[in-house]
Amino acid sequence: MKKFMLDLIVTKNETLNDQYSLLILKSPEKLPEMFPGQFAEVRVDNSPTTFLRRPISINYIDYETNELWLLIQIVGEGTLKMCQVKVGETLNLLFPLGNSFSLPNQKNAKLLLIGGGVGIAPLLFLGAYLKDKDFECNFLLGGRSKDNLLQLREFEQFGNVFTTTEDGSHGERGFVTQHSLLKDSNFDYIYTCGPTPMMKAVASYAAKTNTFCEVSLENTMACGFGACLCCVTDTTEGHVCVCTEGPVFNITKLKWQI
Amino acid sequence: MANLNINIGKLQLKNPVMTASGTFGYGTEYSDFIDISRIGGIIVKGTTLRSRQGNAYPRMAETPSGMLNAVGLQNKGVDYFINHIYPTVKVIDTNVIVNLSGSTLEDYIEAAEMLNDLDKLPGIELNISCPNVKEGGMAFGISCLSAAEVVREVRRVYKNDLMVKLSPNVTDISEIARAVEAEGADSVSLINTLLGMAIDSEKRKPILSTITGGLSGPAVKPIALRMVWEVAKAVKIPVVGMGGIMNAADAIEFMLAGASGVQIGTANFIDPTVTIKVIDGIDEYLNRHGYSSVIDIIGALEV
Ligand SMILES: Cc1cc2nc3c(=O)[nH]c(=O)nc-3n(C[C@H](O)[C@H](O)[C@H](O)COP(=O)(O)OP(=O)(O)OC[C@H]3O[C@@H](n4cnc5c(N)ncnc54)[C@H](O)[C@@H]3O)c2cc1C
Ligand SMILES: Cc1cc2nc3c(=O)[nH]c(=O)nc-3n(C[C@H](O)[C@H](O)[C@H](O)COP(=O)(O)O)c2cc1C
Ligand code: FES
Repeated sequence: MKKFMLDLIVTKNETLNDQYSLLILKSPEKLPEMFPGQFAEVRVDNSPTTFLRRPISINYIDYETNELWLLIQIVGEGTLKMCQVKVGETLNLLFPLGNSFSLPNQKNAKLLLIGGGVGIAPLLFLGAYLKDKDFECNFLLGGRSKDNLLQLREFEQFGNVFTTTEDGSHGERGFVTQHSLLKDSNFDYIYTCGPTPMMKAVASYAAKTNTFCEVSLENTMACGFGACLCCVTDTTEGHVCVCTEGPVFNITKLKWQI
Repeated sequence: MANLNINIGKLQLKNPVMTASGTFGYGTEYSDFIDISRIGGIIVKGTTLRSRQGNAYPRMAETPSGMLNAVGLQNKGVDYFINHIYPTVKVIDTNVIVNLSGSTLEDYIEAAEMLNDLDKLPGIELNISCPNVKEGGMAFGISCLSAAEVVREVRRVYKNDLMVKLSPNVTDISEIARAVEAEGADSVSLINTLLGMAIDSEKRKPILSTITGGLSGPAVKPIALRMVWEVAKAVKIPVVGMGGIMNAADAIEFMLAGASGVQIGTANFIDPTVTIKVIDGIDEYLNRHGYSSVIDIIGALEV
């Protein structure tokens, strides 16, 4: 897939709460085709401490308006500066990078998309993509409290939404892997992105129930396109780059102790 | 248009801009962004006799104006290069050069012999300066005796251009440069990364799996410039300068300090088109200052 470096214009910068912002970026040229799970490397200007680009998932893409959504959680200087861009300013992106989630191979497959924190970002795009291909999605989204549950209205357009919060302020209390949905139903495909401990718990559930499961990793990266070999994860085929062979991996390929 | 052609050792380059090993893959990783044949030379990633898995993750830590890496020479070995990479890169209209590393003298010699048989490979860059492998690598490059020995033995079996990459993790880099010049190196390139360290105070843990790693990027540029300047005065063979080059002005500074060519590393991660911008920027500089050839600015520092 051809990669591009483009300046995109910020058309919307919406503060979702004190930790999260949604950026909507418009491309002056026709946006290239992208697939759910892929990401962009965003250059952060005006931040002396942010030297490298920051990898951010494609949250949603609208080919009609030529707009790309990025959902950003502020965790440090780079993400903070990104969330301070103003409408009309530009962000420089390298994209689309990485592989993508695989499509189920039977139409009536039962799908579960599990996201935690900012890990829900690629799952919205995945949900939209699957719905467009006539699949029915179930989303299970988790957060510490209801403030960490984002884009619920958007998710509802693409399937059934279930939630958990650690403090019980929304949906069932507890972690995503404790949700009653997992006890009551069987799924054919599980896709997950979120904090590593959450993804490991999901992977362990999938392994026990013999369910197809793909996880999206967030290793630290220097380039994002396979040139530096800094982002590797250990797999059954040795060290492979998360930015080119991933970020999406089938759990059977990873050497996780689950 | 000024004349950007330059000969460095036995290499003939269309311009003095090369890419630094380990930062440009095999070149093709960048072909979506630029016409890689416009680059003067592409130094491919560090290659060893046998394949290496490299170090465990995490291998990278961002630091002020730079980064630490601890990749540890992950590569599939010389055989793989010869059979799978060389056929695709030899048709690129530029100098594709292999960065060769080893953990023993015998490894260096055996790999160099194999590379000597490749008729479209104009040269190798002998890496005696990798800080990220336990045995070998930098160990060869930090003493005059061992640096001289490995260059002497490789020179015996390798007939094309032999560029030797020096480590900055030494007391006197000129001394090492003179030692490898005496053994028949065609040029020297510098600097490899500076040994450094990063700590996560919250976790009270080092960030890199290897604890220490190699520092690159603009943070190292003043040190690199000083070393290039010292080495250029100490040897007669050409010097290739690198360390923190982000733009044409940085590259020109290295040439004024005495470098005949430059390599660009870390900057490629932030702007994959930077090499082309530097080539065009050098041309613009030469025109603006009334130089007809890039050769005119080599060592032209007025002190
Ligand atoms: C493929 C991929 C997709 C991603 N998608 C998104 C996304 O859609 N939205 C989003 O907000 N973030 C996403 N991330 C994570 C994001 O890249 C990091 O949060 C960001 O680089 C941190 O930069 P910073 O300068 O703000 O923080 P820094 O100052 O670099 O770091 C601040 C803190 O965050 C931690 N941190 C840094 N990088 C990561 C990381 N990659 N994963 C986990 N913790 C990290 C550091 O250890 C440190 O404690 C993604 C990462 C990858 C690899
Ligand atoms: C991720 C990474 C990997 C590297 N791998 C190699 C290598 O395999 N062999 C080598 O000689 N130098 C290697 N280097 C060093 C660079 O070639 C160069 O000497 C150094 O980064 C300084 O230049 P820069 O500041 O422009 O990056 C590597 C550097 C980085 C950042
Ligand atoms: S981030 Fe550079 S190879 Fe993956």
